[in-house]
Amino acid sequence: MNESYTTMASFAQTWGLVYFVIIFLCVLAYALWPKNRKRFDEAAHIPLRED
Amino acid sequence: MAQTKAKYLTIEEGFFAAFLFVLAFACVIIAGKTYDQVMAFHTSIGALFAAVGAFVIFKNYFNDGGIEIPQEIGGKPNYNLGPIKFGAWAAVFWGVAGFTVGLIIALQLAYPVLNFDLPWTNFGRLRPLHTSAVIFAFGGNVLLASSFYVVQRTCRARMPGRIAPWFVILGYNAFIVIAGTGYLLGATQSKEYAEPEWYADLWLTIVWVVYLFVFMGTLWKRKEPHIYVANWFYLAFIVTIAMLHIFNNLTIPVSVFGTKSYILWAGVQDAMVQWWYGHNAVGFFLTAGFLAIMYYFIPKRADRPVYSYRLSIVHFWALIFLYIWAGPHHLHYTALPQWASTLGATFSIMLWMPSWGGMINGLMTLSGAWDKLRTDPVLRMMVVSVAFYGMSTFEGPLMSLRSVNSLSHYTDWTIGHVHSGALGWVGYISFGALYCLIPWLWNKRQVYSLKLVNWHFWISTIGIVLYICAMWVSGIMQGLMWRAYDRLGFLEYSFIETVEAMHPFYVIRALGGALFVIGSLIMAYNLYMTVRYGEAEEAETASGEALAPAE
Repeated sequence: MNESYTTMASFAQTWGLVYFVIIFLCVLAYALWPKNRKRFDEAAHIPLRED
Repeated sequence: MAQTKAKYLTIEEGFFAAFLFVLAFACVIIAGKTYDQVMAFHTSIGALFAAVGAFVIFKNYFNDGGIEIPQEIGGKPNYNLGPIKFGAWAAVFWGVAGFTVGLIIALQLAYPVLNFDLPWTNFGRLRPLHTSAVIFAFGGNVLLASSFYVVQRTCRARMPGRIAPWFVILGYNAFIVIAGTGYLLGATQSKEYAEPEWYADLWLTIVWVVYLFVFMGTLWKRKEPHIYVANWFYLAFIVTIAMLHIFNNLTIPVSVFGTKSYILWAGVQDAMVQWWYGHNAVGFFLTAGFLAIMYYFIPKRADRPVYSYRLSIVHFWALIFLYIWAGPHHLHYTALPQWASTLGATFSIMLWMPSWGGMINGLMTLSGAWDKLRTDPVLRMMVVSVAFYGMSTFEGPLMSLRSVNSLSHYTDWTIGHVHSGALGWVGYISFGALYCLIPWLWNKRQVYSLKLVNWHFWISTIGIVLYICAMWVSGIMQGLMWRAYDRLGFLEYSFIETVEAMHPFYVIRALGGALFVIGSLIMAYNLYMTVRYGEAEEAETASGEALAPAE
């Protein structure tokens, strides 16, 4: 019981951290990618375009 | 245009009619066989609502004979506004009702005689009535109405379905009625913010799944290639609330003829699931959902695009990934293992960044348009709401630390914290959204009176300040009195002494609450006049010049 907890905890503390950092980096890359800039600028104007 | 009449009901109409029909029968059978009076009452209501629903579906079919609703009129999307109008007014009604019940229980704490020694009116039953009325009835209807509006507008497409959107909004309010009357009659599963019993939970699950389908269906039909950020927040709110609701309500009823049920989880696991639910109700209902409102209504009202769309993407993903872990901070110094409560506190501290990302994005949207705060009290209300959001999400992580929590937990400090978020952030952004939404829905240029909005703003702001200051002082005092020892190591104060010491602050809090209720009544009047007469200034100038109708 105790051992399985330690294994679980060390797994979560290492790979869980790596997993979150990678996901965060992906989100950052997607948000800041220069090619996406125009798309996001246009998207920001969606509510303001009347119809 | 030649309208072809369909020979049969659509599949959707047939499905909902059959479902409601079966439901009505099931309710009648349970109402007849039950030994439980609350169950008899609720199944009678259920049978009535379901039968009326099925009747209305057939009535509409025979009236218009299933004429197809056009998706576009004159090249513009034919938005479905009916359910939104209902939801907006339901929000106003439940808001005033929920705030009033809050005022009553605040007065009960100051003057216990107001419990009237009756089971139905005591604090223990009215308190969940207050919390559910303001969070789920008021907040929920604001979210349903605004999400239906925003998703249609930003997708430039009509919501799918003829019955489904109405089923969502009416079904949700039926849930509120069942839940609220259940509390008063003593039916509760005693889980904070998840008090409704198993049958109400099942009903809400059905309504919520249909809500998800309607929302996703609109996204599916969208003409706009990009899904606007507000819709991401709404979607996170809908999906996560579904998941939380199901896991925290996995109960087994003692009998289908009774209200009582037992949860699958036992002991500390139950506590953990409860606060995983409870904190994410804050995170995904009261934060993600209302951030969606912020991301649509503030840019729209200020007539400026959101400050940084990139920041909105980063803070969206960060917020939803972090919030879901923060729940254990509600269970410091309990049977929960310490590592779990440390984990909860750590994630709460990390939440500072995405929370403030949202606040900065909302506030900075006004850069270059700050002058509008002076002239537009609706925009001011929404901006102050974002400021309250920043403040209470700064305070929250502090309170989640074990050392601070040892002082603040179980005291009024928590109540003050919750209300700076609830009255300040959720309340004000909702009022702002309603002040925008109601004129838009009824095609009015502006609300009836901006002056009254100004009055609402100042009266309720004073109310909030009185409320939260009283609770800070009272809470910290209470916490310090509980932990005070004398020279010999005995507790310095008895419990009742702390209660006596809090009395003046309870009175101040009730005063603050009364001001907030008055503000909401001003809003209800103003919105009613908006629908009835439109913008006052226009009418006045028109009648000054000539006796012609303002139209």
